[in-house]
Amino acid sequence: MQLIRNRQLQMQAVSRLVDLPTGATARVSSLSADAGLRQRLEALGLRPGQAVQVLRRGWWSGPLHVRVGMTELMLRRRDAARVSLAA
Amino acid sequence: MPNTGKSTLFNRLTGHHAHIGNWPGLTVDLMQADLQLSGRSLQLVDLPGIYDLRGHSDDEAVVRRFLERSPVDLVLVVLNASQLDRQLRLALQVQQLGLPAVVALNMADEAARFGVSINASALGEALGQPVLPLSAKYRQGLETLQHTLVAQLDAGDGRVAVVPEALEERLAAADADLDGAMAELVERCVTLPSRWRDSRSRRLDAVLLHPVLGLPLFFLAMALMFQGIYAIGVPVQEALGGLLDQFGQLVLQPLLAPLPGLLQGFLLEGLYQGLGTVMAFLPVIGLFFLAMGVVEDSGYLSRAAYLMDAFMERLGLDGRSFVLSLMGFGCNVPAILGTRVMRDRGLRLLSMLVIPFSLCSARLNVFLFMAAVFFPPRIGGLVIFGLYLMSFAAAMLTALVFRGRFPSNEPLVLELPPYRLPTPGQMLSRAWSEVKHFWIWSRRFIILGVVAVWLLNNLPVGVEPASSASLAGQLGSFAQPVLAPIGINPKLAVALLFGFIAKEIVLGGLAVIYGQADPAALGRAMASDVTWPQAVSFMLFTLLYTPCLSTVAVIRSESKRLGFTLLSVAWSLLLAWLVSLVAFQAITRLS
Repeated sequence: MQLIRNRQLQMQAVSRLVDLPTGATARVSSLSADAGLRQRLEALGLRPGQAVQVLRRGWWSGPLHVRVGMTELMLRRRDAARVSLAA
Repeated sequence: MPNTGKSTLFNRLTGHHAHIGNWPGLTVDLMQADLQLSGRSLQLVDLPGIYDLRGHSDDEAVVRRFLERSPVDLVLVVLNASQLDRQLRLALQVQQLGLPAVVALNMADEAARFGVSINASALGEALGQPVLPLSAKYRQGLETLQHTLVAQLDAGDGRVAVVPEALEERLAAADADLDGAMAELVERCVTLPSRWRDSRSRRLDAVLLHPVLGLPLFFLAMALMFQGIYAIGVPVQEALGGLLDQFGQLVLQPLLAPLPGLLQGFLLEGLYQGLGTVMAFLPVIGLFFLAMGVVEDSGYLSRAAYLMDAFMERLGLDGRSFVLSLMGFGCNVPAILGTRVMRDRGLRLLSMLVIPFSLCSARLNVFLFMAAVFFPPRIGGLVIFGLYLMSFAAAMLTALVFRGRFPSNEPLVLELPPYRLPTPGQMLSRAWSEVKHFWIWSRRFIILGVVAVWLLNNLPVGVEPASSASLAGQLGSFAQPVLAPIGINPKLAVALLFGFIAKEIVLGGLAVIYGQADPAALGRAMASDVTWPQAVSFMLFTLLYTPCLSTVAVIRSESKRLGFTLLSVAWSLLLAWLVSLVAFQAITRLS
């Protein structure tokens, strides 16, 4: 339990996809999602090591429009918070 | 893979002769077709588009079960050529299973435009499978594909098709190395553009997904679309209606004259009038499906999910529910089937509760007709627009009322494909098959419904048709205590009763009830019997209560809950009655 908490603290120090400014690019370091969401993200190309760019943010806390590799996708901010980025 | 134009390729290869196949152990229908290639007869099955053979979605499980149970001679893997950087996974998984395969890199035209170049022969060598770039949409590379399919099948002659053993275990064992293998393969065989590519999508998105302008532009586009359908479709529909009526009077009536009066009346006033009234509306429906097809294939529909997600999230739904509701404007049944993409049960049930309020093409039939009868043309358009707004309002209200009962917490990650220009041929053939489907589907109901209406109106024998002594009249009068406050007279009540079976019957039913086939004559007969506030109430009720028995049946089969199905029916009836009551009472008191 303690270990998990430490880990979460560490991860908060690392930036998350949801915090990446619009237009900026960063590299995915890890996904902290359940198996279903993780598989979906990876299938669409959001896997550790890949560069991801935030193209725009939807109005009223709407979804992010991002590009990863040759694919563009939308994901909710809640789900984007589960994608950690390498500093 | 999803979004790779797999269905287009399937249609190109099979030439629209596909039918629904029956496969053991699968809960969904798969399209399949028998085709002849160089004298070989083979059977091609269209499996659901999937990302990953190890995935958790229903579609992915369907493909696994299919491969485990049905021995195949050859697998045709369809990938999007511009997205090989992530899609090669599926080809690698098929390779791991040792299944003989051909890999089609579809949308090769788009890949070239984006600056992606692929060394297909090197890729094919590495995969041990022929790899063919092609474009199903523009019919490029299809012949090569057919030759390759035949060559691969010839090469496999003598080998007995088997199902892969221990499918899941083998995939799991190889999974760890998959990412590395894929990256290595992409590195070696695919050259990605150094700078980003699709300036057209980039520029369009800057406007269409604009934080302030995006939504107004979307609604403007939708309003223009419906206005256009109305402006082109209604004159065509009126002309066609007139023609059909002439045909009935000048050709059918003399032909049927020798038959006994009751049978003659049944065939002409019952069946022909009912079918004819609905047939006249097929052009409008065709235009609707054409426009929806363009919106979907251009890539704008998935942008709609992006634009509306923030709003839908607050209703307890998501961007996909919005897109499905839009599809529901064509027909509710496929829209409800579409909720299968949602894994969260609460989200799925809430979407199923909301979709039936989408004003489907069968209801549009009724409204186009009534608006033309009771309002001058300019106001008629506004009335239709108002009904669309009402449809949205009812859906929103339903979501707000029930979101607490069906909470959900499903992530939403969707691909936004590049904008594409749909080809006219593709759009027309698609609209044509939708209209054909609608016609075949509704014809069954129309014939049954119209026969029932006619019988109710003409029994007991000897009664004056549709009078208060007929079964219909008695039924209508029986329901008057409930329906009189909302302005529904016994005749309209019978039409509503049959609308419960299907909205396609309502017009045919009215034609039978009023004994008028020609839409213009039917309009005059109705206008002399019904006031405009009554007409408004009738339209609102028709909009909101249960769309049709098919929708109820599909809600029952998809939710697998009788209680939920009853809730859906009861809620829509209650809402319909309340809204009609308020509208009718308010209008009559104010005017």
